[in-house]
Amino acid sequence: MSDRILVATRKGLFEVERKRKGRWEVSPMGFLGDHVSMVLPGKSSFAALHHGHFGTKLHRSLDDGKHWAEVATPAFPEVAEGTKPDVNPLSGDETPRRVIMIWSLETGGADRQDTLLCGTIPGGLFVSHDNGDSWSLVDSLWEHPLRKEWFGGGAEHPGIHSICVDPRDSNRIAVGVSCGGVWLTEDNLESWSCRADGMWAAYMPPEQKNLPHIQDPHRVVQCVSAPDALWAQHHNGVFRTVDGAASWQEVKDVPPSTFGFAVGVHPEKPDTAWFVPGVSDEHRIPVDGRLVVSRTRDGGKSFDVLTEGLPKERAYDLTFRHALDVDKTGERVVFGSTTGSLWVTENEGDTWTCVSTHLPPIYCTRFG
Amino acid sequence: MARVEFTPNLQRHVTCPPTHVSGGTVKEVLNAVFAENQRARGYVLDDQGALRQHMVVFVNGASIKDRSGLSDPVPADGEVYVMQALSGG
Repeated sequence: MSDRILVATRKGLFEVERKRKGRWEVSPMGFLGDHVSMVLPGKSSFAALHHGHFGTKLHRSLDDGKHWAEVATPAFPEVAEGTKPDVNPLSGDETPRRVIMIWSLETGGADRQDTLLCGTIPGGLFVSHDNGDSWSLVDSLWEHPLRKEWFGGGAEHPGIHSICVDPRDSNRIAVGVSCGGVWLTEDNLESWSCRADGMWAAYMPPEQKNLPHIQDPHRVVQCVSAPDALWAQHHNGVFRTVDGAASWQEVKDVPPSTFGFAVGVHPEKPDTAWFVPGVSDEHRIPVDGRLVVSRTRDGGKSFDVLTEGLPKERAYDLTFRHALDVDKTGERVVFGSTTGSLWVTENEGDTWTCVSTHLPPIYCTRFG
Repeated sequence: MARVEFTPNLQRHVTCPPTHVSGGTVKEVLNAVFAENQRARGYVLDDQGALRQHMVVFVNGASIKDRSGLSDPVPADGEVYVMQALSGG
């Protein structure tokens, strides 16, 4: 069980430690005042900063966050003068070849501790084989013809927000893209195929709504012990696959709403997943001002609407896609909100403890 | 030699004291600075070597025109200021 949570926020990185049952305490860890877009705890810990004027930066700690040092930031290779820019087919805007934000960061597998994978806006996937000292663009995905048809959802440009490394085989990696569907490599980044069959897009005209590569999964997560089971909180619904993303099935009846950003899956029970619903894409607040977590334990056939310990009225919290995490046992779940509130459960969501209501807007929470 | 000074707000992240370097264009001047201070480069220029979207460079009080190629001329005794624009975060 994990007694520690790192929390990346709009104004700094925080550490949350369990003192006793139901008692968790927050302390600042670093980068106070700075936008921390992503954090990755581990033997080496990483924090991605999103400086407004000065661009994206990546910092590494080798001592559990006591000290941090800047390391190389993923960057697109310089293109030759006169190179024709990518133009987004929907907006007509040029897709920049510069990292705007680090949006996802994962280790390359238990057998590849020095390998890191980094997803960015505007849709570049980067790999490091030396624990963050240097990075290279994964050309096989960036140069894929369908990548040029990805487009931005909430952000101006598309972004890779989810990276799922198969625990059985580190050569097999799925990434989630807004808006670009789910992409799978089975040969360690050499080649890619889009695996979003079954998803559909309410924001596209009828003849395009089923195209896999324009889907907007807000977040994709993978069950550790049953890696062919993945869940996606999509822009217009919840989807699930049990065949390694070969096909996705829509889960239609999610109370109180199918809209949201975050999803977490139990590490040992692929049928158990958690969501934090909002009203809709145009009303990104809890339904009826009542903040709830929706949990299924039967693969989406039914849901529990969890409320114990959560605000029951006048709550306007939204939970971003990386702001919910499940610990290694599946008993503890944490989620944070745009209004700086943080809740933890120690019993799979039956009851929740409010850790804080006055943190900065929360982007990412991670046990470890 | 041109004198180059950076916004004080950058000093929190990477030390950039005022310095004198040679160069006939903004690109040459900045390259000379970053040759001695490589970390600072990524705070001012983007992946393609263009001025970051919310940064601005003044040469003798005038903002530069060529934000991607940085070809604006710098007089031998020019004053170059690398500042944050009021736009952005």
